[in-house]
Amino acid sequence: MDLKEKIVSSYVAFEDGVDVNTDIHEIRTEAFQNFEKLGFPTKKLEAWKYTSLNSILKEDYSIFPDKEKTINLADVKKYFIHDIDTYKVVFIDGKYSSFLSETTHDAIDVCLMSSALNKAKYKPVIENYFNKVAKQDNLTSLNTAFAKEGAYINIPKNTEVEKPIQIINFTTGSVEATMTQPRNLIVVGQNAHVQIIERHQSLTSNAVLTNVVTEVFADRDATVDIYKIQNDHIAASLVDNTYIEQQSKSVVSVHTFSFGGNITRNNLNFYQKGEYIDSILKGITIIEGKQHVDHHTLVHHIEPNCESHQDYKGIFDERSTGVFNGKIIVEKEAQKTNAYQQNNNVLVSDRSTINAKPQLEIFADDVKCSHGCTIGQLDEQALFYMQQRGIAQKEARALLMYAFANTVLESVKIPEVKERITKLIATKLNVNIGFDL
Amino acid sequence: MLKIENLHASIEDKVILKGLNLQVKPGEVHAIMGPNGAGKSTLANIVAGKEEYEVTKGSIELNGEDISELAPEERAHNGVFLSFQYPVEIPGVSVTNFIKTAINETRKAKGLEDMPAKDMLKMIREKSELLEIDRKFLSRSLNEGFSGGEKKRNEIFQMAMLEPKLAILDETDSGLDIDALRIVANGVNKLKSKDNAVIVITHYQRLLEYIVPDFVHVLYDGKIVKTGDASLALELEAKGYDWIKEEMVS
Repeated sequence: MDLKEKIVSSYVAFEDGVDVNTDIHEIRTEAFQNFEKLGFPTKKLEAWKYTSLNSILKEDYSIFPDKEKTINLADVKKYFIHDIDTYKVVFIDGKYSSFLSETTHDAIDVCLMSSALNKAKYKPVIENYFNKVAKQDNLTSLNTAFAKEGAYINIPKNTEVEKPIQIINFTTGSVEATMTQPRNLIVVGQNAHVQIIERHQSLTSNAVLTNVVTEVFADRDATVDIYKIQNDHIAASLVDNTYIEQQSKSVVSVHTFSFGGNITRNNLNFYQKGEYIDSILKGITIIEGKQHVDHHTLVHHIEPNCESHQDYKGIFDERSTGVFNGKIIVEKEAQKTNAYQQNNNVLVSDRSTINAKPQLEIFADDVKCSHGCTIGQLDEQALFYMQQRGIAQKEARALLMYAFANTVLESVKIPEVKERITKLIATKLNVNIGFDL
Repeated sequence: MLKIENLHASIEDKVILKGLNLQVKPGEVHAIMGPNGAGKSTLANIVAGKEEYEVTKGSIELNGEDISELAPEERAHNGVFLSFQYPVEIPGVSVTNFIKTAINETRKAKGLEDMPAKDMLKMIREKSELLEIDRKFLSRSLNEGFSGGEKKRNEIFQMAMLEPKLAILDETDSGLDIDALRIVANGVNKLKSKDNAVIVITHYQRLLEYIVPDFVHVLYDGKIVKTGDASLALELEAKGYDWIKEEMVS
């Protein structure tokens, strides 16, 4: 039985575990039908031309791991940003871990999607926001069909959330391949401010496939900063579908750090539903071996006077492959749009590949849109220069790569996150130097 | 200190050095002059260990040790410094942090701990004063957007920080106005001691008014064809290189 069949035939079993007489379940069922019709994406689809999921869809995934697993904090502490106080919403194999979590209902809601979907008091928010901005494509539909658990964050207006919120999904599948489908909803009220760190971490060498959907709503004047740390086990693959809707004068940034994992696909979509909005999309990708990272971004400029800033840096070694597809749509009404897109890549090895495609669809006439895309190698003369000053070749290469990627790190607002990423980069580049540039 | 014997070197099958001999002792200043294309920069790059060049014959010894097989960083750790004719721009790495990394990587290679931050700061302060470098300049990205003169001054600042045994200044005077030239030369002179040596590669006599050489060599067609004292530089300035070429032919 192939994975699609397995998933489709397990839906009835899934329905046993949820309340089927709800509006939510209607949404799920519709999404299920959609997935049944569409199936998994193939390379025939334009959006999946350079990313094939075939190799990972062959695995015999356990779809609903129902065994409760516990893990020791000591074993997983390193995956948390632990040197600062944070809220934590932690899942193990898709199930909430109260032991590892630190949630709150004190003025703000940082809790579970399962509660939000079931409890009456959350109903208005769910009705207004659940599955409203998410697209109805193959994998989002698949996630929606099985949407049951994840992080639910609701920040009321004028609230500055002091502590960052970490959303961490662990997968333990010690005996079998595991598929999880977390579903997150983040609603940020007027003039509220929140910082979110998201991570998916496999604790097993068995195959893992995560198909996550996150919906974010930023009301007027809200500020939302999201940091996605993707440094997963080499047997773990991730499809991250993030949908962000912004109202006037809101500022939302998403930084995606892709260092680990097998196949990683980031579908990051911004919809600007007001004026004077700023959307910031940044990423650093450093991969090797046969790793594959695909960034598909969409910024939809719908109203006038908005900005978007994209800066993606990629470093590809050995036989790794990268994709950057950055789509910007500027609607006819969206005059005075400023849209910037920058995508720079370094191919360290002769066998690595990057497929880069800026895609601009501009229907307004008074806009500034700039895009730049470069693919190059490390500067040999710069390496010689650094070596001449006593810096060994390996370290010199690392320093050059770090400096290359550093423009993305500069805008990280949480110092501990910046420090962690810097360390991850040093580890990834196999050097022991502090890059305090 | 430096002993080069019968050095032959080529790049991509083009023979550039054709049997060069040079001996530099501690405390000495040597100037190497010569027309364009004679092989001056090649010599500097080969001593520093640039990999594109192939040494086909001969030897390069530093303090009795053959360094011709060493990587550029190993030569640097042994005290070789090359002030680049065209210093490389490295966006994203500040001058201060670059020099810190260079010093600490050199110390690491020698089995020493990192230099304490306090000592590092003190040294940076002293050496930047010596070269009249504005402190703000030190937090800028290395050589990025620097004027020609700033780049050269920054090279000598790094030299001052790294305290090499053998410094090779490859056309450090090009791109410098007279004030910058004086500052740079003054810096080099202050760093000179009986234990280190300097090789100045230049087209013009101008720099040698400030950094007075003990020996002046003329490099022509891959070989040193004439050696004299500081007065040879004046003679070259006055008469050009043609008479050397004629001497060679006859």
